[in-house]
Amino acid sequence: MKSNIRQSPILLLLTILVSLFIICPALLSITSGLEENYSKGWKSGFTLRWLRDVWSNYGNTVTASIAIALCCVIGNVLLGVTGAYALARSKSKLSIWFEELLTLPVAVPGLATALALILAYGQVREFRQSFAFVLVGHMIFTLPFMVRTVAASFRRQELIALEEASATLGAGFIQRFFSILVPAALPAILSGSLMVFTLSIGEFNLTWMLHTPLTRTLPVGLADSYASMRIEIGSAYTMVFFIVVLPLLWLMQFVASLADKKYGT
Amino acid sequence: MELERTAVDIHQCEKTFLDGTKALQPTNLRIEPGEVVALLGPSGCGKTTLLRIIAGLEKSDGDGSVWFGSDNVTRLPVERRGIGMVFQHYALFPQMSVASNIGYGLKIRGASEQEIKRTVGELVDLVRLNGLEHRKPKELSGGQRQRVALARAIAVRPKVLLLDEPLTALDAKLKESLRDELADLLRRLNITAIHVTHDQHEAMSIADRLVVMLAGKVVQVGTAEDLYRSPKHPFVASFLGRINTLKVIRDSRGQTGVCIGGIWIPCFASVNKDSEVMLRPEDISLSVVDSLDSPTKIAHRVFLGDRVHLRVHTEDAGDLLVDAARDCPFQTGDSVKVHVAAEALMSFGDY
Repeated sequence: MKSNIRQSPILLLLTILVSLFIICPALLSITSGLEENYSKGWKSGFTLRWLRDVWSNYGNTVTASIAIALCCVIGNVLLGVTGAYALARSKSKLSIWFEELLTLPVAVPGLATALALILAYGQVREFRQSFAFVLVGHMIFTLPFMVRTVAASFRRQELIALEEASATLGAGFIQRFFSILVPAALPAILSGSLMVFTLSIGEFNLTWMLHTPLTRTLPVGLADSYASMRIEIGSAYTMVFFIVVLPLLWLMQFVASLADKKYGT
Repeated sequence: MELERTAVDIHQCEKTFLDGTKALQPTNLRIEPGEVVALLGPSGCGKTTLLRIIAGLEKSDGDGSVWFGSDNVTRLPVERRGIGMVFQHYALFPQMSVASNIGYGLKIRGASEQEIKRTVGELVDLVRLNGLEHRKPKELSGGQRQRVALARAIAVRPKVLLLDEPLTALDAKLKESLRDELADLLRRLNITAIHVTHDQHEAMSIADRLVVMLAGKVVQVGTAEDLYRSPKHPFVASFLGRINTLKVIRDSRGQTGVCIGGIWIPCFASVNKDSEVMLRPEDISLSVVDSLDSPTKIAHRVFLGDRVHLRVHTEDAGDLLVDAARDCPFQTGDSVKVHVAAEALMSFGDY
């Protein structure tokens, strides 16, 4: 690729143009959060005022979002990994059908899923008003990503042989699962977790319907600030989002690549 | 290392897969204590299915049962059968060191640290992996991996050792040396072992007895020599070594026999006209012929170092494979005379 770009100035130019086209909105959005007055541009001077405003108004959404995303990862590891095993080893045709069904919430608009949840459980007040309600929505949406990734890993011929080898050596199901299968599928579990975390942090569709004024997440707060406050505050909010999410994603990616080195085959 | 010697009895085991393929016809087989048996056949013959039924990784359909000594193990799950198994691609646990791989079965059984260490040490010596104890499987060569897999399987002192194509993943040269090493190790361990392979040389050099299988059925059981010298089925004859197939004809006096290069060879056994007899390439000898217009000629010659493989064209018996000694003087195009002893013809009657 590198040599292609060097050989062709047209390709290089095209690459730069496309990259600028994609990056510019992000840069603009961030800088306008630092400007005194968006409509007058950078000439109006720079300030951290908007950032402070965001933090004082919406600071709690940051912790809420991270906590929900982490709980979502934990829930996915518990339910998703075991479910993936059951699906991967099932010989029944129903399991294929079940796996498709599990993917449905990704295709169906989040609003519809959320509405269904509210219809079914909306009357349970404590549940409806807690973060658990939002978490359930996130779990439903993210579960197929974990299950599919990990089930594909469990279905690999190599892992089936490892499981059989461990069985011939006397390991019962629980021992096989934890001493052999989970370590062997760890790269898949981690990459699934990373995906789940990312999806949960940015999830808006479902959360918009499921949240209450006391159970807001980052994206919901962002929408609220765009709708009800100055554009500078909304932009500053975007910046907060970047500052919070990027280091977390880098950290998780780093952990995943470490595990891949140790457990990858 | 002293291991238990157990007989294995397979009684009416059969298997039909979900998609309807009959992988194994009802099969009976007895393996004596301490015997090394090879299940030999082309792919899809049911040898792996039979091995997996013995291991407990597959269940026999119907009333099939598997016995280890006097214990009926049919209903025991694989982890409680007390077997050791070497897998085709070894299935070593990638995140564990060589020592942890070998010690895994003992650890599962709750053996003490001390005992695990002692047994692992003993096995590392036995399969010559000294100095590699802390390596990970991916840092080992193919031959070393195979030895770890073997050590791991025998560490649990299995009643029966099962080997599923244990040398297939290795290159030809290594295969040959590990083959003899494996044969030697199995004799020293004195363990009942069942070895699945599609390679007849591997089976012949490792096993005491060969079980030749075809299309889900056991075709013949016997020592390598028995099977080679007196096969009961044309498939056994052709699978163990190279073979010539000849059509039986009837002469003017009504006697059955074959005609090779103008020479009549009578068949002693009762065979019908139009049936076939077989002839090993090394049972054909060649001599010089005076007339240059003899229709029997060398069509092809391959020098293999210790032997020479020839293809001889005859007018009446078609092309014949002939195995000659290294110093065979005949070249491609030479006219020759063919000699075959009547006893060398192998006939099969009704199989």
